Amino acid sequence: MSTLRTWCAIAGIVLSSTAGDVLLSRAMRQIGDVGEMRRRQGLRAVLKAVVNHPSFLLAIGFLGTSFFALLLALSWDDVSLVVPASTSLSYVTNAFAASLFLRERVDRRRWISALLVCAGVAVLAA
Amino acid sequence: MAPRNLLFLTSAKLVTPRKYLVLLAIILFASCGDSSLSYGMKRVGAISGARWTELIAAVLNPWVALGIVLLLGFLASYLSALSWSDLTYVLPATSLGYVLLALLSIFLLHERVTLARWIGILLVSSGVAIVTRGPSATLRPGSESRAAGEQP
Repeated sequence: MSTLRTWCAIAGIVLSSTAGDVLLSRAMRQIGDVGEMRRRQGLRAVLKAVVNHPSFLLAIGFLGTSFFALLLALSWDDVSLVVPASTSLSYVTNAFAASLFLRERVDRRRWISALLVCAGVAVLAA
Repeated sequence: MAPRNLLFLTSAKLVTPRKYLVLLAIILFASCGDSSLSYGMKRVGAISGARWTELIAAVLNPWVALGIVLLLGFLASYLSALSWSDLTYVLPATSLGYVLLALLSIFLLHERVTLARWIGILLVSSGVAIVTRGPSATLRPGSESRAAGEQP
């Protein structure tokens, strides 16, 4: 079942990239506006705050995992299935995860937007 | 007209021109970086799992190296945007990069424009238009005071 194997890899890409993006977003929100921070404390302070943040390090781990899952999926199946499926699905999973874990107000406007982009990316990248 | 302007001025989380530049930087760095990387890897050729050390040599290809530098620029601007706005705002807003790539391939590379592609461009663009007309961040009690009081 090569298709089942491919879809498992796609699920792996989507889940780990969503976890990575949510953690990155959490890290950056806790650090605060980096533009303002750079003006006040300099670029070195910003870099130090980002690189030392535990959520950032965890996020890099998840994004790395998603990258290797992508390489794996690409070695099993066509790029025209793997890339559009994984990138477009991640817009929907990110909206779910952001409202659940980041407590973002994902209102109707943002849901419609996420679904339109998801459909559009699937069509464009195929 | 007046109530809308008032809302814009009193909004605590207004998106300034500088912040639109950061969103634009995300779009440009990501699409140029990906294109450069894929162009470079096509020139390097397929790398088999058994000879994974060739991946290190691939980095020395100027197009791959340029792609990595551009993607570092993407990471910096992406992190900056996430520091002042929601993930569910940044992701759809920057998906305009897909439209940019499609338009570039149509007008620069003169690729065939299928109906499906136009539909895709329309769908992504309308998603971007809808999300960018809304607020860029969820307002939270204490989120303003944190930025103001981070240094005693």
